Amino acid sequence: MKKSHIFLILVIAVAIALVISTGNDASTYVTFKDAHQMASNGNSSQIHVVGELKKDNLGNVVGIYEGADKVSFTFIMIDDQQKEQIVQYNQPMPADFTKSEKVVVIGSYQGDNFIAEKILLKCPSKYQEDTINA
Amino acid sequence: MHYFIGNLGHFLVILSFISSLAAFFAYFKATGKEDIEEKASWLLNGKISFYVHALAVLGISITLFTIIANHYFEYHYAFSHSDKKLPTHYLISTFWNGQEGSFLLWMFWQAILGVILINTNKFWQAPVMTIFALVQAFLASMILGVVLPIIDFKIGSSPFILLRESMADAPIFKMQPEFIPEDGNGLNPLLQNYWMVIHPPVLFLGFASTLIPFSFCMAGLWLKKYRDWVRPALPWALFSGAVLGLGILMGGYWAYETLNFGGYWNWDPVENAVYVPWLFLVASIHTMITYKNSETALKASIILVITTFILILYSTFLTRSGVLGDASVHSFTDLGLSGQLLVYLLVFLFGAIVLATIRWKEIPSSDKEASTYSREFWIFMGATTLCLMGFQVLLPTSIPVWNKFVTIFGASSNMAPPADQMAYYSKFQIWFAIVIGFLSAVGQFFWWKKIDKSELKKELQVPVLIALLISVIIITIGQVTKPAYLLLIIAAVLTIVGNSKILLSILKKNPALSGGAIAHIGMGMMLLGILFSSGYSTVVSLNNTGLLYSRDAGEEFNRDNLLLFLHEPRTMAGYDIEYISQKLELRNGDGYIDKYDVQLTPDEDKVIALKDGDGYKAKDTLQVFGENTYFEIEFRKDGNVYKLYPRAQINPDMGGILSSPDIHRTLKSDFYTYTSSIMKPDEEKEWSEMQELKTALDKDFFANDYVSTVTNVVKVDEVPGTILSQDDVAVKATIKVKGAREEYTAEPYFLIRDKMVGRISAEIPQLGVLFTLVNIHPETNEFTIGTNTRQKDWVVIKSLEKPLINVLWIGTLVLMAGFTIAMLRRYREFQLMKEKGQE
Repeated sequence: MKKSHIFLILVIAVAIALVISTGNDASTYVTFKDAHQMASNGNSSQIHVVGELKKDNLGNVVGIYEGADKVSFTFIMIDDQQKEQIVQYNQPMPADFTKSEKVVVIGSYQGDNFIAEKILLKCPSKYQEDTINA
Repeated sequence: MHYFIGNLGHFLVILSFISSLAAFFAYFKATGKEDIEEKASWLLNGKISFYVHALAVLGISITLFTIIANHYFEYHYAFSHSDKKLPTHYLISTFWNGQEGSFLLWMFWQAILGVILINTNKFWQAPVMTIFALVQAFLASMILGVVLPIIDFKIGSSPFILLRESMADAPIFKMQPEFIPEDGNGLNPLLQNYWMVIHPPVLFLGFASTLIPFSFCMAGLWLKKYRDWVRPALPWALFSGAVLGLGILMGGYWAYETLNFGGYWNWDPVENAVYVPWLFLVASIHTMITYKNSETALKASIILVITTFILILYSTFLTRSGVLGDASVHSFTDLGLSGQLLVYLLVFLFGAIVLATIRWKEIPSSDKEASTYSREFWIFMGATTLCLMGFQVLLPTSIPVWNKFVTIFGASSNMAPPADQMAYYSKFQIWFAIVIGFLSAVGQFFWWKKIDKSELKKELQVPVLIALLISVIIITIGQVTKPAYLLLIIAAVLTIVGNSKILLSILKKNPALSGGAIAHIGMGMMLLGILFSSGYSTVVSLNNTGLLYSRDAGEEFNRDNLLLFLHEPRTMAGYDIEYISQKLELRNGDGYIDKYDVQLTPDEDKVIALKDGDGYKAKDTLQVFGENTYFEIEFRKDGNVYKLYPRAQINPDMGGILSSPDIHRTLKSDFYTYTSSIMKPDEEKEWSEMQELKTALDKDFFANDYVSTVTNVVKVDEVPGTILSQDDVAVKATIKVKGAREEYTAEPYFLIRDKMVGRISAEIPQLGVLFTLVNIHPETNEFTIGTNTRQKDWVVIKSLEKPLINVLWIGTLVLMAGFTIAMLRRYREFQLMKEKGQE
């Protein structure tokens, strides 16, 4: 066997290892129900949940509580299957949080609380204005 | 309504599309012709078509900028991305704020590069420009905005559509089709930064220039000039590597200065999408250089050059098709171009693969086995590591594409990118970086000297010893213990020391050849800077206020943010941190003015001064940047005082409050602070119940724990905000309050009007105290003073200390300098050959 063949095999081996590890390290998009199940089965890995903020009939966001030290807050999120969940975030509220159309929280359940480590907001208005008021 | 200019723009877009197709056809014909006269006439045709195309692109750019600069808000692009308040340099960045404009910027650079290539190449002109013109046609189609009849398929999204066309459903246009908005939506405040004026053009020039090596490679395969394409392609590959690298780091620097995630690199898919092609580009540069010296690695060069360009197209697809939707915070939204983008990607992917496969057998390759002591071996190892490094990032970044892909086959995948991107990518990339560091130290010795085993030892002995010594010092001072960090420090220092030694010996012989050594020194510095600024970034603002957030929170959490009340210092991480004041920035460039020293007016950009100050008097109207509030935060440690002014931008149109950090820079470390939460300006203040007390002139009393004194009570004839009649009586009290930093004055009024008592309270916002003159007791010479208190003004901040980050920025510049020197050298080689009539 030539040295270059060994080298090639080595490179392919590393590449395959990278593919496998990517699969293992990837997070998943799940619903709150599945996330809760995962947590109660002892799987504490971080997952993504996509959903919206809870709003009243007038479209105002409800259920946001700010911590006394103003560096944390909780909110109510509704996932794609309409399940409501209180989500806790140990950071100050992101500025355009209440205007977001869609929220992706990344985190995990601790008991019955969902603790978000990271929040991604989708605010189309940031890039594209769809309405105009005269 | 300015219809003409939009129609002109649209016409020019169509012209640019057709002329690029014409140039493609003519150059294609010219490439295939053997007959010299026929070839010349097709060449001329191609050249004219491409010049027409380039002029059309220039025309489109001028037209679009005219629309923006003249505030023609009847056009969607101007309305959505600009407003009347923006200064000129931000109007320029408006140009590439939208997706259409960024395509245009890309086309613009490629048109210029095409013209340069036409004028610097003879032999290669026809085949290279064939590829160029085809790419331009694809890009032009992205902004075509033409709907195909019958099948009703829209090609491209035009930057010249009217607002009423883009918002056909808006009621206002049904009532008033001629309606033109008064002002536009403005530019995202985060983009109102000088880096956003300069960073996108640099990045897109980098994108555009990757087309050149690719075109030469394709031309070489096409004309079976397998060996010759490398010479003209190499200087451009170096140019591309320098510009793209600079563009990426400028983006990082912008993020560091403007955004508030606390760093310069976030492993966001959008960032990865440019990082990966750059790694492959650098790998291809290495194999091309090897080929130039030793006739090996030609096939590897071809594969890498093609891969680089395909990855650029792939990253375009990723960021612009909307596929990253749930994965990235800042990708473009889908403009309905995903189909078109996919076609663009696949045409070049399969075109390049098919051409390379057909020619593969004919491509010369050397059967010579590379010895472990040859430079080829080491460079090839380095290039392979770079590719694997890119591959590792590419995989998770492509997860959203994978999810879409499997749905085509009816399956479903709910894979998401890794939750903690920073930790995830870092744990892999650091090992690749270590390997790169060692290889570029050792490899460079092989490159410059024919070396065998014993000589290697002799050459490396001194640099290794010096590097180890320096590493030990760094490791001791920095208290580094993690194995990966230790290795990276040694690798980076070894690269710097080893390449410095080589640099010294090259400088003596021929400075023009020093590019490689300088570039590798820069890379070593960058590795050190990245390691310390990211690995040893410490949070200074740890929360120890003792205010607990109890609701449902069972555990103690890491709180990296800190609530600061005005003038109440906190001590943490060895610093005294104090929130001093809120400031407004004066438009005349004279610095800041205290927000409490001015009276706001309905126009947010105008305020009235309440006291005399530097260059203005009380009651002067001052022009300020009303959107921006700067929070003066003082950090004190060991007798050093840093003042930082992080900015909060209040902009309801753009989604509330945006904060940007302020950075105190020293060579040793950067001190980085931003406001993570501020008081909402329109929020009602909650006052406590009034406390009343009786006091006399010049007698101290406590108001909200501050020592206060009524120093004067006088009858006055004027009360601001009311008109007094003859029978009315008004009395003003002057109350002095000793704050922690200065003495404040409050002047409440007491008036009797039509036998009714009226009271005008006075607030000291700095202290959160409201004084009311409740009653006057002339019989005892006493007064009843009422005080209400509220929570003091506050701000929540996050502060980080980032060691050695400036080594990263300096290293970047050194790397760029190395690229530039190498590029000039390679271009000279190409020119020499051209003068000999070889190209």
